[in-house]
Amino acid sequence: MIRSFLSAIALSLLAALPAHAIDIQEVTSPGGITAWLVEDDSIPFVALEIAFRGGASVDAPDKRGAINLMTALLEEGAGDRDAVAFAQGMEELAASAGFDVSDDAVSISFRALTENRDQAADLLADALVRPRFDADAIERVRAQVQSSIRAQDSDPQAIASKEMALRMWGDHPYGSVISGTGQSVAGLTRDDLLAAKDRVLARDRVLVSAAGDIDAEALGLLIDRILGGLPAEATAPLPPDAELKVTGATEVIDWDSPQTVVSFAQPGLPMDHPDYFAAFVLNHILGGGGFSSRLMEEIREKRGLTYGVGTGLSNMVLGETWAGGMATANDRTGEAVALVREVWGAMREGVTDQELRDAKTYLTGEYPLRFDGNRRIAGILSGMQLMGMPRDYVNTRNQKIEAVTAADVQRVAREVLDPGKLEFVLVGRPEGI
Amino acid sequence: MMRRTLAFLLATAATPALAEMPAGVSHFTLDNGLEAVVIEDHRAPVVVQMLWYRIGSADEVPGKSGLAHYLEHLMFKGTEKLDAGELSKTVTANGGMDNAFTSYDFTTYFQRIASDRLDLVMGMEADRMANLRIGEDDWQAERQVVLEERAQRTDSDPRALFGEERSAVQFYNHPYGRPVIGWRQEMEALTREDALKWYDDHYAPNVAVLVVAGDVTADEVRALAEKHYGPIPPKPDAPRDARPQEPEQRAERRMTMTDPRVPQPVLTRSVIVPERNPGDQKTAAALSVLAELLGGSPQTSFLGQRLVLTGQALGVGAWYDGLSVDPTTFTVTMAYAPGTDDAGAEAALDAAIRDFLAQGPDPAHLERVKTQLRAARIYERDSAHGRAYDYGQGLAVGLTVEDVNDWPDILAAVTVEDVRAAAERALGGRAGVTSLLKPAPTGEVGTVQAAAETDAASVAVPGAAAGGPAPVTADADAALADSPEELGTPPMALDATAGAAPVPADTPHPAQPAPASPAPAAPASDPAQSPAPEQTR
Repeated sequence: MIRSFLSAIALSLLAALPAHAIDIQEVTSPGGITAWLVEDDSIPFVALEIAFRGGASVDAPDKRGAINLMTALLEEGAGDRDAVAFAQGMEELAASAGFDVSDDAVSISFRALTENRDQAADLLADALVRPRFDADAIERVRAQVQSSIRAQDSDPQAIASKEMALRMWGDHPYGSVISGTGQSVAGLTRDDLLAAKDRVLARDRVLVSAAGDIDAEALGLLIDRILGGLPAEATAPLPPDAELKVTGATEVIDWDSPQTVVSFAQPGLPMDHPDYFAAFVLNHILGGGGFSSRLMEEIREKRGLTYGVGTGLSNMVLGETWAGGMATANDRTGEAVALVREVWGAMREGVTDQELRDAKTYLTGEYPLRFDGNRRIAGILSGMQLMGMPRDYVNTRNQKIEAVTAADVQRVAREVLDPGKLEFVLVGRPEGI
Repeated sequence: MMRRTLAFLLATAATPALAEMPAGVSHFTLDNGLEAVVIEDHRAPVVVQMLWYRIGSADEVPGKSGLAHYLEHLMFKGTEKLDAGELSKTVTANGGMDNAFTSYDFTTYFQRIASDRLDLVMGMEADRMANLRIGEDDWQAERQVVLEERAQRTDSDPRALFGEERSAVQFYNHPYGRPVIGWRQEMEALTREDALKWYDDHYAPNVAVLVVAGDVTADEVRALAEKHYGPIPPKPDAPRDARPQEPEQRAERRMTMTDPRVPQPVLTRSVIVPERNPGDQKTAAALSVLAELLGGSPQTSFLGQRLVLTGQALGVGAWYDGLSVDPTTFTVTMAYAPGTDDAGAEAALDAAIRDFLAQGPDPAHLERVKTQLRAARIYERDSAHGRAYDYGQGLAVGLTVEDVNDWPDILAAVTVEDVRAAAERALGGRAGVTSLLKPAPTGEVGTVQAAAETDAASVAVPGAAAGGPAPVTADADAALADSPEELGTPPMALDATAGAAPVPADTPHPAQPAPASPAPAAPASDPAQSPAPEQTR
């Protein structure tokens, strides 16, 4: 019966794949800022993603956590408005602005109705250009950040991530937590926050992506309205590429819990590497493919050792890994870890034609499904810009996946996948390690 | 847990005009009782099929907790036509994703796929409505999987453990007091026979709601539904029975748990309140607005201004979700800084609540909430998947399509007086559960103090799980739905994880430590979050 379903699928496949092309316009504002736009006037609002490259990685060396705290304070009062007045202003316009920070970017997800878009943009401009950093807001948000640091320190997943990052990236900013430590955050002053803002929020660092009810000309004006008051150049250089250090070691961190959180990683491939797409397809078969990957089959479906195991090519702007994770009962952790290594190594034997075909149909078929809303589209464009991908990527990407052969996959498995290089961090009380 | 209230309001707010069907939405019922809602959105060649069974963990018999969820997992183990795992493999091989989730009141299966594959996925979904087969080898391994799921989501998380005990104390008699995933010792005893009986008793077209959203037309969906679901006979006895209801609750209950894995103390106060009912949603609307006014935004909500802006709390929240078959809970939470004494924190919360009851809501704030609700009717059109969730969940808990359509107008009509009355009802009495989860020195894991301030505190009700049914949108970004924000989390979600992967344009999901959800589109029940009443496959 598998056969009958699958042959029906194979027939309909060709017709379905050339999904509608996504038209990404490049817009340059009168003030000289470029943006990407997917225009769609069917719903009267616009979604805007604004990303400032560098993110928390441009923290001054002895001020770890300053950019994180600064970002959290952008919505806590700006221009003439204190924190309350600013939030009320957004509510009155039914607009929203979410401020976030990662290793690679400070990001703002903004959404406004067409009818009052300019007023909402003025509020956002205040937040980015004229944040107040009032003393009471600083103390309040500092306490919240310190509380989140404590929360991370008591979360086995976060403990594993933190340790893995340190092992892989060492002294590079990727190797430490973006929120800083309780101690570093305690020492941050208002001047540090002002300096942190100038290190990252500047016009030469900004990437703008828009989707929804706005045309190119209006978008140009809107961008200048929001970003025109920012400094032309950021004061901090972008950090250097991160050099990955993996030794194939296994580290156990004691944690009193019935399960062990297992995190593992080895070197990955940059997105512009000629073998990236072969690795991408390979990863799907190995551990990226939801319920149908080899790791899920061996560890969950056959043996019930975990609720979920997954892998992915983790590409950041300055470095990349091939990483994965799971959580498993302490007394069977040794068995589950051995299976990860075994399945990892077995990829060198190659994949079946069926696996390759299924992986390609999934990866190519799933891609157009992501472009089904303004917010989602703006987010995708922002990720593409951050990773330095060209605009036509959205329309060529599936061809690159189609071009991957079984021989490519096997070659990449042999050249890149190495169970001996897999670094493990285990948080729990694992047995059999 | 209940998700943040405004998010809930927004995600649920549908579109205009009392009792009128919004543009692009249609509704029909097949002869065998299967009810269907179609939501057209032609912006992208995508479709979501959701099949909601009006049966959930609160319909289980005592002693078999976790059965509804266990069967949900086993529904992927094949039929006469499909091998174990083949349904998901087929969906994946066609570029789609699929998953399922179980709540107190419903069990839901969904696929998101290219719109020209609807025939394929509907055929498979209909097949397993009638022809499930569970292999001898599969049921035991899958029982291990759900036990590992419990270990990951509940046993490893003191907030989740405390949450299920709090629910057990909250509900004396109603099965909302039992966790959706089940008590461990009962899960360990579930068998293939239990699962098949559950399936035979309850899986039928007259218990199901089909929701299809995306690049399809109502006529296409109707034709496909007739073809695939139409031939399946109804089962007259399949609909759930009425459940045991709560007696009047009189006693104040208090409970405390300490655990070294808890980062800071969180105080929670919860009471039982009415849910949304067909033709009768006014009280629920007032409670929804009340939750937003009390605990919505840290800067503008009443408790936020009183407790967070003054530095007495790190975060506050007020939660209510009326999408529930039976009465649900209204919950207020406060996370306070270490060093604040427990009694002082509670006194500050009590004083704030007293003042709110005395003053009533700020009319200007109520007006702003309504402005956002009006805008939500525009924003929510950006996610067909989110709208599918709204209709599906509404119908699954017994509302009609008209009730779902009317809800935004009922919310918009809430007055200051309505909010006052709702506040009196939710906050004015004493018969609630006040619970404190606090850090403990290492070595004292999970010390539960049976906090006997009243006799009621020691009532050992079999069951747990926090109030009311599931929030959660099936999509990380489905419209305006935040992921369920849990009680202990500080209000600000800046990522403190080192090396967190960005969202590059291509990784299906960031790979860093990905132990959590196995499937890309898992409904947002983050296992790190507190006791989500919903369990994902």
